[in-house]
Amino acid sequence: MTLASPNAAAGNGTVRRGFFEPSRIGELSPGGKLVVYSILLIWSAFVLFPLYWIVITSFKLPISVNSGPAYIPWVDFMPSLHAWRDLFDTSPQSPLAETLKPYRNSVIVASFSTLLCVLVGSMAAYALARMEYKPKFGTILLFVLILIGMVVLVGVGGVDWRIAVAVGLALFVLLARALSRYFKRRIGNGDILFWMISQRILPPVVTVVPIYMMFQSVQLLDTHLALILTYTVVNLPIVVWLMHDFFAGIPIDLEESAELDGASKLTVFYEIVLPLARAGLAATTLLVLILSWNEYVLALFLSTTNAQTMPILVAAMNGGEKGILWWSMCVVIIIMIIPVILMALLLQRFISKGVLLGAVKG
Amino acid sequence: MPAVIMILIFSIFPLIVSLILALSRTRLRSGGYQIRYVGLQNFEKQLFGSEQFHFLGTFKTVSAVGWLVAATAAALLIWWMYSYIRGNNLTVLGLIGRLITASLLFGLAMLFAATLFSGTQFGTLGVTLFYVIVGCSVQFVIGLGLAFVCSQPIRGRSFFRVVFFLPLMVTPIGIGFGFRMLADTTKGPFSPLWKLVGLGDFAWASDPWAARVFIIIGDSWQWIPFIFVILLAALENVPRDLVEAGHVDGASNWQIFREITWPQIVPVAATVMLIRVIEAFKLVDLPNIMTSGGPGIATESMTLHAFFAWRALDFSQSAAVSYLLLFVTVVLCVSYFNLIVLRRRAVHG
Repeated sequence: MTLASPNAAAGNGTVRRGFFEPSRIGELSPGGKLVVYSILLIWSAFVLFPLYWIVITSFKLPISVNSGPAYIPWVDFMPSLHAWRDLFDTSPQSPLAETLKPYRNSVIVASFSTLLCVLVGSMAAYALARMEYKPKFGTILLFVLILIGMVVLVGVGGVDWRIAVAVGLALFVLLARALSRYFKRRIGNGDILFWMISQRILPPVVTVVPIYMMFQSVQLLDTHLALILTYTVVNLPIVVWLMHDFFAGIPIDLEESAELDGASKLTVFYEIVLPLARAGLAATTLLVLILSWNEYVLALFLSTTNAQTMPILVAAMNGGEKGILWWSMCVVIIIMIIPVILMALLLQRFISKGVLLGAVKG
Repeated sequence: MPAVIMILIFSIFPLIVSLILALSRTRLRSGGYQIRYVGLQNFEKQLFGSEQFHFLGTFKTVSAVGWLVAATAAALLIWWMYSYIRGNNLTVLGLIGRLITASLLFGLAMLFAATLFSGTQFGTLGVTLFYVIVGCSVQFVIGLGLAFVCSQPIRGRSFFRVVFFLPLMVTPIGIGFGFRMLADTTKGPFSPLWKLVGLGDFAWASDPWAARVFIIIGDSWQWIPFIFVILLAALENVPRDLVEAGHVDGASNWQIFREITWPQIVPVAATVMLIRVIEAFKLVDLPNIMTSGGPGIATESMTLHAFFAWRALDFSQSAAVSYLLLFVTVVLCVSYFNLIVLRRRAVHG
């Protein structure tokens, strides 16, 4: 997008023009410019002011926070690093003594789940974009029915779950064989894709209690693994949705010629398709990373002390007999924003302008 | 297909368990739960029983305005069904789907008529819908406006693009606390302003409507960037020559926007709104931090409602509330997808 130079506009200044009339097509009239820039500046102020306030509060002494508004460092108040020092103070009195551990948890959980999610999700998306699946509608129905039966048996009937799984699987294989010729309706790739996307509609709170009980029964509650797995599944639909459209946009000839040359499907995927879809991959990764980094509800249910992530820590600062320690809180918020911004800058060069657009258009 | 298997394990399975929970009464015992099947009792409690005020709101006799709203909604829906039945592409599935949508919409209209327009408080369902409908429309209008302004030939566009994108990266919890600081009328940055207009000791979080608006402001601050970025990309994709041809033909700016730009970005806009609406139904962190659902239950969204029930170890009520949320969300989102997004795509390809 080239910006028209102001000189060009001045060049045909010989003709008198109205205040709201553009001097050239594709350029703004002086009045229009005024309106546009004032809107932009007002909105920037609206966006930046809360951030600015958080940053300066992190440098305030408690007295500067509690004595009323102070806007400009060195003028209204003396900035101090006391809240930042607490971050590295491990003595139990320090309000931020426990910060670094959740921070590490967050880093581990967010990065591994993003990695896993993008890996699995892009493979699934690629499969959906390139291969045809025609599972029979009846088979799937049967599978779900047997699953329901199993859960009811285990949950209500008190049958040992290993027996239930074995019986269920055997039943499924037998019945699927026996009944398969009665099942006529098939579902296609589009249906599978839509089903995956529809999983995103599911509010997490619907599934979180059973997931909680599930992890409790396998003793994985409050571990990194539980959070990583859950986040991966929650974000999979987004990855599949976005990556499917990127893969569908890649010309198929390249892959076909590679396969003619004897490359396996996996080689084609890793050597040819993934590099081509790099922009989409970067955008998707960033989005998933932000989502799992900031995730709150699931972490609230699934972690207590060991695997506690940052959003929980921030939220937990709400209580306490001393009221909210705003300065410490702001430090925590800032150290939570920094890695995301760094990631965004790192991935930005892969993300060209139209990337998100192509995905959304479908 | 590892992805399918994982989603199966983590969504179908919990859904079933959740359903069982919703249909039973759980009691915590030492080392386990006692689960007893109670049928639809939990749902009954939420919809008609002792929890009705919490979920649906307090009912009062429907006022004249309420009846007017309900009648309008009924008339519109009947007209919509009628024109569909008279149309040429009538299918059984389509009819059933539309019937479900129409009855849910009518039920919601009645709900609003019996609570909001009769001057009583409404429950978490109403609050959630308020966040979704009002919040999303405000965000869409502002996001589109900003994207349009930014697509004009201006200097420093990449600067503004980065700045406008920032809020999306801040954790919602942080936004909640940040806005609480800003809204503080005695120590916050705007306190001189509040004193000036005589609201020196007015607390946002104590008035139901102020608190709801306050939460929508926080939510918008975070999500407008998302709509903005995608719509900006869509606007930049509109072919230049079309717009220029419009200028040459002497069309006004508004005409160009309506006749050329808008049809080009409608498919993207519809999808963005779908994503946004889906996420808006799940809103939980902001009300939890900013107001803890209060005053009373005035800002409690359904997810928060389910969470509070869970925290009180009432797993069954929690599951019942989430199932009701799931039902409303799925019907509304699938209707939206089928009726608007798919049609837009079919028309504009």
